[in-house]
Amino acid sequence: MLEKALEGQPRYWGWLIFLLALIGAAAFGYSFQYREGLSITGMSRDVSWGFYIANFTFLVGVAASAVMLVLPYYLHHYKTFGRITILGEFLAIASVVMCILFIVADLGKPARVNNVLLHPTPNSILFWDMIVLNGYLFLNLIIGWTTLAAERKELPPPKWVKPLIYLSIPWAVSIHTVTAFLYAGLPGRGFWLTAILAPRFLASAFAAGPAVLILLSFLVRGLTKFDAGKEARETLAKIVCYAIIMHLFFFFLEVFTVGYSMIPSHLAHLKYLYFGYHGAGGLVPFVWTALVAGFAAIVLLIVPRFRQKEGLLITGCILVFVCTWIDKGMAMISGGFVPNPLHEVTEYAPTNLELLITFGVYGVGALVLTILYKVAVSIKQQEELR
Amino acid sequence: MTFNRRDFLKVAGLSAAVGLGGNAAFELIFPGQVDAAEEMKQSPTELTAKRWGMVIDVKKLTPGLRKTITDACHINHNVPTIEPPKNLKWIWEAPFEHVFTEVEQEYLEEAVKESPMLAMCNHCDNPPCVRVCPTKATFRRADGIVMMDMHRCIGCRFCMAACPYGSRSFNFYDPRKYLPDPVPNTAYPTRTKGVVEKCTFCTERLVTGQLPYCVEAAQGAMLFGDMSDAGSAPRKALRSRFSIRRNPGLGTQPQVYYLV
Repeated sequence: MLEKALEGQPRYWGWLIFLLALIGAAAFGYSFQYREGLSITGMSRDVSWGFYIANFTFLVGVAASAVMLVLPYYLHHYKTFGRITILGEFLAIASVVMCILFIVADLGKPARVNNVLLHPTPNSILFWDMIVLNGYLFLNLIIGWTTLAAERKELPPPKWVKPLIYLSIPWAVSIHTVTAFLYAGLPGRGFWLTAILAPRFLASAFAAGPAVLILLSFLVRGLTKFDAGKEARETLAKIVCYAIIMHLFFFFLEVFTVGYSMIPSHLAHLKYLYFGYHGAGGLVPFVWTALVAGFAAIVLLIVPRFRQKEGLLITGCILVFVCTWIDKGMAMISGGFVPNPLHEVTEYAPTNLELLITFGVYGVGALVLTILYKVAVSIKQQEELR
Repeated sequence: MTFNRRDFLKVAGLSAAVGLGGNAAFELIFPGQVDAAEEMKQSPTELTAKRWGMVIDVKKLTPGLRKTITDACHINHNVPTIEPPKNLKWIWEAPFEHVFTEVEQEYLEEAVKESPMLAMCNHCDNPPCVRVCPTKATFRRADGIVMMDMHRCIGCRFCMAACPYGSRSFNFYDPRKYLPDPVPNTAYPTRTKGVVEKCTFCTERLVTGQLPYCVEAAQGAMLFGDMSDAGSAPRKALRSRFSIRRNPGLGTQPQVYYLV
């Protein structure tokens, strides 16, 4: 099947070369980080996680959202998703690959990453995160590849893959729950110490992932004539819409609990993010952008007349991406560290090298996604020609 | 019997899997059992305790003394001097209102609010940093000291997010670049970039029968001893004066007490 990725128009090869160049540049940037340590980042003693972990958190959500396709298609036999489910599964694979790369990029001693396996520590949530992320990667690789290979031979997927598909449904929920638990179980960080964190993560994930997938399906249609289907996108758009509403509702619940109880160690973080705290307010414009984008997206996606117009659907999906990427990325991570447990304020902003390395990781994700989509689309189109 | 390449690979793969998983599986079923046999004294003069703890007499701390104490620790442990915000600190001065954030008291005397305290690792009975560490690079010893294994730490900084006292520092830089050559204390190891470090209650000194550097430098303002022994210096001090701990409401059971 992989041979499908070895044939293509000059445009395809040009794109791959561009991605490889980007990855090469980022690898060069990373060589500085490897030599000089994380000193080349904007992170500090007080804000000890930054852009890498922010993007990691967001992408776990994108990965988990494949369940929004797998569940209707395989469990409820929703045939409309027949052409788009494979795109969702492959997006999950590319996302998990990026997640793992972001974690490794964030380590002070990346060469020792195997210590997590050599000294397994079940009381650490990071140990479980490693298990669920790797497990999810393999589940999606096996499921996506096997179903596609069967389709190519015009056969139904083998029976043994069914249990794996069913397993992947709760597994998808688990990856984002465990990721939320990384933060939600820390006693001194009021911003994260809330039971709504995992549900809020899942809600924003089920908005962000399908929104990205809708955008990708338009891109694939424009480039290859393979159309995942208007009806499939329409259903996905509804999922995005209700998920982003849930996300903003959960956010409101958090704001109420924190705002009405007025417990300073919880309130200080929201104050910092939305209004600035002791003269520091670097994220204020971003979080308000996210909030406005979220509400604007609801308007565009909830009204059928708007949703059915491709231009507005695309705009709505971009707004959802902006909203969730800011909210679950920088705002979630920096917001939790500022102020620190001693109520001191140190702000964080990524450095240029940090940004370059981040783009490089996205480049790897795009490369994996391009190759997987090339294979999937080639096989789907071949099948339709017959 | 024929033993072809395929069979060999099967056996080799299986043994590798068992080898990798063996110790791991043991750890899962009997956590901590592997290194349980450690209760032996390393030297006849070693100081031992059931539960080490510290008392800081805030009233006895003068500005000069606070500097002597922090210098004694940082110089002897080869802690590099780096500008904030990527700095490292094992024991440091901070205003009362930042060290004791939970004592929200608007009308607290300005002098008290801003009076500098000493902050350090609390060697909690229930340490969140140990709970979150994915490699057991940070662990709690039988005598209560929360220790670091600099050779096992992968630098994920989960412990820094978990510590509610800001007591952990990360080596963003290669610390040796910020230390004179030779280093201030050649008997104590320097660290490498990419690992987390913090106060260790001077385990290296307890082994040779000496008290921690800070206690030695504090001229009676810091007391160190066995908290399980009612006759120990810190326990006696706690009986005579009112004391507080940093954010005890979090359930971490800090073992550094402040006489105020």
